[in-house]
Amino acid sequence: MRKTPLDRVLDWTGRLLLAAILGFVMLPFVVVFIASFNESAILSFPPRSWSTKWYVNAFEYRDFGLGLVNSLKIAAFGATLALIAGAGFAYVLDRYDFRFKALLNSVLMSPLIIPNFTIGLGLLVLSAAASLPRSTWLVVATHVIIVLPFVARSVYVSLRNFERRYEQAAESLGGTPVHVLWTVTLPLLLPGLISGGIFAAILSFNEFTASLFVVNQSTKTLPVAMYDYVREYADPTLAAVSVMYLVVVATALVIVHKLFRLEKVLNVD
Amino acid sequence: MSTDPPADGPSRTLGKHAVKIDGVSKSFGKTVALEPVWLKIRRGEFLTLLGPSGCGKTTILNLIAGFLEADKGEIFIDDELVTQVPPHQREIGIVFQNYALFPHMSVTQNVAYGLRTRRISKAETETRVREALDLVKLQDFADRRPKQLSGGQQQRVALARALVIRPRVLLLDEPFSALDRNLRTAMQVELKEIQSRLGLTTVFVTHDQTEALSMSERIAVMSRGSIRQIGTPTEIYDHPQNRFVSTFVGDANLFSADLLRKTAQGARLGVGGTTLDLDTYQDDLPDPGPVTLFVRPEQCTLTAPDQPGAITATVALSVYQGSHAELHLDCPASEDGRVMLRVPCGEAQDAGTKVGLALPQRGPAIYAKEGGPE
Repeated sequence: MRKTPLDRVLDWTGRLLLAAILGFVMLPFVVVFIASFNESAILSFPPRSWSTKWYVNAFEYRDFGLGLVNSLKIAAFGATLALIAGAGFAYVLDRYDFRFKALLNSVLMSPLIIPNFTIGLGLLVLSAAASLPRSTWLVVATHVIIVLPFVARSVYVSLRNFERRYEQAAESLGGTPVHVLWTVTLPLLLPGLISGGIFAAILSFNEFTASLFVVNQSTKTLPVAMYDYVREYADPTLAAVSVMYLVVVATALVIVHKLFRLEKVLNVD
Repeated sequence: MSTDPPADGPSRTLGKHAVKIDGVSKSFGKTVALEPVWLKIRRGEFLTLLGPSGCGKTTILNLIAGFLEADKGEIFIDDELVTQVPPHQREIGIVFQNYALFPHMSVTQNVAYGLRTRRISKAETETRVREALDLVKLQDFADRRPKQLSGGQQQRVALARALVIRPRVLLLDEPFSALDRNLRTAMQVELKEIQSRLGLTTVFVTHDQTEALSMSERIAVMSRGSIRQIGTPTEIYDHPQNRFVSTFVGDANLFSADLLRKTAQGARLGVGGTTLDLDTYQDDLPDPGPVTLFVRPEQCTLTAPDQPGAITATVALSVYQGSHAELHLDCPASEDGRVMLRVPCGEAQDAGTKVGLALPQRGPAIYAKEGGPE
């Protein structure tokens, strides 16, 4: 079939539009990437001369190192706790019928619609009222609340797609419910659980708004440290940090993607 | 009566029934999945639950396995009341339609699963797994993963896994429907051999009447949550007790007829403008009036169109089937206007030919008109 001239015009318009959208989405990163190699201490664009000294500076600036360690620690603890709580919650929601099930569901999903700063502010007020120290655990608790609905939702979907016949076969073979959970259900859900955990860790690693309320100088997360830096200095160090930041998160996302595919392979079986 | 039944338990006479289902019913919300059902399955028997999807056959299977809890009634396995017993204590072997082999375990680990839950020693587990794999001829595949096996091999693993625990009852949930035709026949023969060699009580769920007829000692034909007839394959095929069974198992021609009067041997009917004196086995003949006459295709014979007593019909289509030909006739006396019969290929007629149809004196059954009590 021959294409009419109109078809061609529409064809090319579509392609151009797509390229424009992609370019628009990528634009901030491209600008930051180029700016991070600017030799000048003023965050200007486009750069006149090039340097990698801001990357060195990023590594030498103490708050970034501390923030990175804090962020990784908080993401690891927060994601683990959210995963355990979220998976348990998803399991109960999938397997049991009880009164107030719908209510419990909406309470747990509510952080999806409550703004992060409200959650941060709430925990700040709460910790002050209870005279709790503004420790790492306070930040972890904040992050657990924020990422829990995402993790629960993702595990819930895995459970919904889970073939119950596997469990029934195991039970008929004499497996007690706990034994079946341990030897059949969990191993088969593992890829979904790991992806959910990494997803939670990325969300926690990126979280800024709520963290701003609950951190102090020693529990500062990397995004908060970056915010503090940009309020004092205007040099391209932050651009360099952004580039490295993105590389780390993108790597984690690639791992999640690989695992999600693995899960599909297992489910097809 | 036995000496020591628990106060509220069953009487422990050493019965010959491996499974007894006593007035069991099940609903899901407002949907009735199973009307109260009574069913006794003899020890060593191969019993098939046959019916269309949604007829309740899988519900019965799930109730025996313990995956569902009965709303009412009791279930006994080997004379033991198991209505409240969880699945893992029922000692039942199951083969599912999709086999449900554990994808993260090897063939050996799959088969050994039921022995490990019973904390059987390593040495004995090894022996019994080897025996089970020998039984299904899969010795050489012990280390494979389920994914690396063909459908037929996966089914054998599932069977070995179910048999290795020496179950009291073997439940088969449409196990052949995922296999292609040749493999299916081979697996049916193999399964039947193993089953009768081990003398294993087996409950087989299927919607395939050919499968049911060829494999079962008894068949329970089900529809809409209840058992419509239970009997040997011959009884079911030759003497279907109601319209549903007659059409679901085998091919059926249904004629609109008038029951004129009951006779000593059976009944006199008016059908297609002629009268027919029928010898019948039925003891539940409907009252005189409009009835449905059921005749198997192989009971009908082709005659000349003007032969006395013949019903007139016209050939609509002749379908070559290799071993025989199927003739589809337009026949006003039939309830749906069509009659099917099988003839040797040489006797096939061209479309449009007028023919006569002779019905036999023995064999056909009379049912009340559709809508009445079946």
